Amino acid sequence: MLTNPLIYFVVIPLLMLAGIGLCNNRNVGAIRAVAVIGSLALLTLSTFLLVDFLGQRAAGADAAMLFVNDTVVWFAPLNIHLAIGVDGISVAMLMLSSIILFTGTFASWKIDQPKEFFLWLILLSTGVFGFFISIDLFTMFMFYEVALIPMYLLIGVWGSGRKNYSAMKLTLMLMGGSAFLMLGLIGIYYHSAADGNLTWNILTIAANDAIPHGWQNFLFPMTFVGFGVLGAMFPFHTWSPDGHASAPTAVSMLHAGVLMKLGGYGCFRVAIYLMPYAAAELSYIFLILTGISVVYGAFCACVKTDLKYINAYSSVSHCGLVLFAILMLNTTAMTGAIMQMLSHGLMTALFFALIGMIYGRTHTREITKMGGLMKIMPFLGVCYVIAGMASLGLPGLSGFVSEMTIFVGSFMHADMFHRVFTIVACCSIVITAVYILRVVGKLLFGPVYDEHHLSLTDAEWWERLSTVTLIIAVAAIGCFPNFFVDLINKTFTPEIFSVLGMTSTAL
Amino acid sequence: MEIVNMDYTQFLAMKQEIGLLIVFIVVFLYDTFLPAKSQKALPGLTAVLMLILTVCGIVFEAVAPETLSKTAFAGMYVSTPVIAALKTILNVGVVIVLIQSVNWANSSFMAMRRGEFYELLLVTLFGMYLMVSARHFLLFVIGLESASLPLAAMVALDKNRYESHEAAVKYILTAVFSSAIFMLGLSFVYGLTGSLYFNDIYAALTGAGVNMMLIVALAAVVSGVGFKLSLVPFHLWTADVYQGAPTSVTSYLSVISKGAAAFAFLVILVQAFGMLYAQLWEWMLYALIILTITVGNLFAIRQKNMKRFLAFSSVSQAGYIMLGVISDGAPVATAAMMFYILVYIFSNLAAFGVIGAIERASGKLSMDDYRGLYRTNPRLSVAMMLAMFSLAGIPPFAGFFSKFFIFTGALSAPGVGTAMYVLVLIALINTIVSLYYYLLVVKAMFIADDQCVIEPFRSSASERLGLWITVAGIIGLGIASWFFSELNVLTATYPLI
Repeated sequence: MLTNPLIYFVVIPLLMLAGIGLCNNRNVGAIRAVAVIGSLALLTLSTFLLVDFLGQRAAGADAAMLFVNDTVVWFAPLNIHLAIGVDGISVAMLMLSSIILFTGTFASWKIDQPKEFFLWLILLSTGVFGFFISIDLFTMFMFYEVALIPMYLLIGVWGSGRKNYSAMKLTLMLMGGSAFLMLGLIGIYYHSAADGNLTWNILTIAANDAIPHGWQNFLFPMTFVGFGVLGAMFPFHTWSPDGHASAPTAVSMLHAGVLMKLGGYGCFRVAIYLMPYAAAELSYIFLILTGISVVYGAFCACVKTDLKYINAYSSVSHCGLVLFAILMLNTTAMTGAIMQMLSHGLMTALFFALIGMIYGRTHTREITKMGGLMKIMPFLGVCYVIAGMASLGLPGLSGFVSEMTIFVGSFMHADMFHRVFTIVACCSIVITAVYILRVVGKLLFGPVYDEHHLSLTDAEWWERLSTVTLIIAVAAIGCFPNFFVDLINKTFTPEIFSVLGMTSTAL
Repeated sequence: MEIVNMDYTQFLAMKQEIGLLIVFIVVFLYDTFLPAKSQKALPGLTAVLMLILTVCGIVFEAVAPETLSKTAFAGMYVSTPVIAALKTILNVGVVIVLIQSVNWANSSFMAMRRGEFYELLLVTLFGMYLMVSARHFLLFVIGLESASLPLAAMVALDKNRYESHEAAVKYILTAVFSSAIFMLGLSFVYGLTGSLYFNDIYAALTGAGVNMMLIVALAAVVSGVGFKLSLVPFHLWTADVYQGAPTSVTSYLSVISKGAAAFAFLVILVQAFGMLYAQLWEWMLYALIILTITVGNLFAIRQKNMKRFLAFSSVSQAGYIMLGVISDGAPVATAAMMFYILVYIFSNLAAFGVIGAIERASGKLSMDDYRGLYRTNPRLSVAMMLAMFSLAGIPPFAGFFSKFFIFTGALSAPGVGTAMYVLVLIALINTIVSLYYYLLVVKAMFIADDQCVIEPFRSSASERLGLWITVAGIIGLGIASWFFSELNVLTATYPLI
C-alpha cells in the first residue's frame, strides 16, 4: 500500500495536520511554513502522478484505472476495502485540487487564528483528495463527508455577513444530500453482485453490472440528487450563493473550485457509471433541472450587486453545465463536462481570490460602491478581466474549449428534447457575457467612485503568486485542450456506452 | 422440559454475575466496616475492581470464548460469547462512568452517601446482566425490576435539590406502571402459550395465527421494555429525570441502562416472538422507530438545558439502536447494534463528562452559558465538539461508522423491500435534523463571540482521564476496524436464533 503514490495524497495532509497541530498558536510563520511546504508537496506529487500516468498510458496500460490497490481489507464483515486507483479524470481532479489548495494557502496568508483555520482547511482537503483516489464506495463516502463538515466552522468562524445562517444552511443542505447518497450507496452494495459476493468496489460493481433495472431506477435518483446537491443542481442550489458569499476567500476558492466538483465527479463515477440504464431512462428529469440551473443561475448573476453573489450564481450556472453535459451520455459531452470542471474550478478560484483581494482593500463587495479600480490596482484589474474572459468563453482560455465541447456533444442528439435544451443552455453564454461585462465595466473602468480608494495599493507578492499560477493553468487548458482530452478520454471506454446503447464518438 | 438437578456447578455458568457480585461484596464491606477517613478511596477502588472485571471479560472472550457458552437453571439463564461481549461493553461504560464520577462522589455533599451510590449502581448493573441473559420471563422480570428500582434511589441521591426528588418520583411511578403493563402482557402470553420460556413461547406460536389477545400481549411487552429504552411514546419521563438526576447518574442512565435494555429487547423479540416478526412486530417497531427518532429530534431542537438536550438526543439515539433490532436478529445487524451501543457509550459519556466538569466547576448547565467556551476552555470545547460530531455521525469519528453499519445492518436481510429503504431514508433525513442541534452546541462554543460566563478552570485528574478515554474511543473505535469485525465474528458464530 505504501509503495502506491496515491496514498500519499492522504498521508501528506495528515502529516500537515499533525505538523500544524504541534505548532504554537502564535507562531504564524511556522504554521504558514507547514501549509506551504505541504501544499507544495501535494502539487509536486500530483505533477509526478500526471507524468507517470501519461507515461503508463503511452506505454500501453489501458486498464480503466491505474495505480490500483484494492487488497487492503478494512471492515471484513461488510467487505469494505481501502481501495485506491485513478483514471484520467481523477488525475485531472487531483491536479486541480492541489493547485487550488496551493493558491488558497497564499490567499489566506493574513487570516486570523491561523492555526485553527489551516487545521480545518487541510482536513477539508484531506477529504477532497481521499475522495478522488477512492474506488471503494464506503471510503469514498467517508471522505466526502470529511470534506463537508469543516465548511461549517470555516464559514461560521472566519466568514462575514450572515455567516451563521449561511454556514448552517450550507452544512444541512449538503449533509441532507449525503443522506440520500448514503441510502443509494447501501442500496448499490446490496445489489452489487448477482452471486452474493457483495462489494463496494466501483470497478467490480461496474464489471458485474448486476443491479436490477427496477432498483437502478430507485437508486439512481438517490445518488444523483445526493451528489447533485453539491453540484448545485436546481432546486438544491440555494446553499451555494449564501455559503460562498459568507465564506472567507480560501474557503470559497476551495469550495467552488474543488468541492463542487466532487458533486459532478460523483454523479459521473457513481450514479452514471454504475447505473447506466437508469441514467438513460431518467436523464430527462435531471436534464430539465440542470438546464434550469444553467440559465437561472446566469440570470441571477445579472441582478446581484455583491461580487461574491455574482460569482456564486455564476458557479451555479457553470456547475449546472457540468451535470447537464454528463447527462448527455456521450463521449464528447462528457469530455466537455470534465474540461468544464477543470476550467470552472480554476477560474472560479481565480475569481474568488481576486474578490477576496479587492474586498481586503476596499472593504466592500458592492459593485455600486466601487469604480475605476483599474487605475488604482492595475494588476488585480487585469487579472479580473482575464478571469471574466475565461468565464464568458473567450477562445484561448479554458471556458471556450469546455463549453464548445459540451454543446457540440449535446447537439449530437438528434431528438427534439435534447436539442431544445441544448439551445436553452447555450443562451447562458450570452447571459454570462452580460453579467461579466457589467461587472468589469462598473468595477474596473469608469470614474473612481470613492476618493479613499485612491490610496489603495496593488497586489502583494503572495497575491501575485496565487493569481498568476491560476491564470497560467486557465490559459494552459485553453491553449492545449488536446492534452487534457487525451488524458481523460481513455475513461470513456466503449464498455460504458455499449451498455447505454450509444456509440462513443471521438472528438 | 427436562428436569435438571440443581447443584452449585450451575452457578459457575454465571461467571460475569459472580464477578460482579464479588465486586459488590467488596464495595459493600469496605463501605460498611472501614473507617470514614479511608472512604475517599472507595470510588477509585470500585473503578479498579470494575476495570479488572472488564479486562477479565475481554481476556475470556479472546482466549476461551467457548467457556462462556453456558446455560443454567433449566435454561432460564443463558450465556454466550455474544451476551458476554455485550456485558463487557456495558462494563466498559460503567468504568468510564465511575472514573468520571470520582470527583462528585468525593464531594462533601456525597460523603455520607458515597457507598450507596456505588452499591445501587452495581445492583442495577446486576439486574441488567440478568435482563440480557434471561431466557425465561420470570428471570427477566427480576432483572428488570432490580435494574429499575435502585435507579430511582440513585436519581434521588441529590436530596437537597427539589428537581432530584421530582425526577425520582416520576421515574419510580412510570417504572412501576410500565412493569405492571409488562406483566399484564406476560400473563396474556402465558395464557396463550402455557409457558414463560422464550423457546417454548416461540414453539407455541409457530404456525399459530395472530389474534387480538396476542397483539395486546405483544404491545404490552413492547411498551414495558420501551419504557426502559425511552422509545416514543414511552419517553415522557426521560427529560425530567435526566435533568433532575445528578449528572453521574444521568450519564449512567443514558448509556448503560439503554444499552442493556436494547439488547434484551432484541433477544425477547427474536427468541420469544420471532414467529410474529413479519406479521406483527416488524411493523410495530417500524412505527416506533420513526416516532422515536423524529419526536426525539424535534424536541431536542428547542432544549436549552444541556441535560434535557442530551435526554432528547438520547431518545432519538434509541431509535437508531432499534434499527439493529428490526432485521430480526441478522448477525450483521446484531453486531452493528452492539457496536452502536459501544460507540454511543463513548460519545455520550464524553458529552456528559464535559457537562459534569463544567457543572462542578461553575454550576452552569445552559447551552447559552457555553457561548464562547472555546476561548476560555479550549480543551473541553474540543472534547464536546468531538462528542457532538460522533453523535451526529460525522466521519472520521466512531459515530459515523456505527451509523453507517446500523443502516447497512437494517437492510441486510435478503430480499428486503423498499419499505425498509424508506425507513432508513427517514432515519437518515433525521440525522440531518440531529446534526442541526448538535451543531448548535458547536456553534455556541466556537462561533459565538460573546464573553463566556464560564471562567477558565482546570478539570480534575479523574475528569480528564475520563475524557481522554472517551475521546480516544471516539477517534479510534471506528478507524480501528477490529472492534466491529470481532463483534461480527462473534454474532456470526453464535447467532441469536
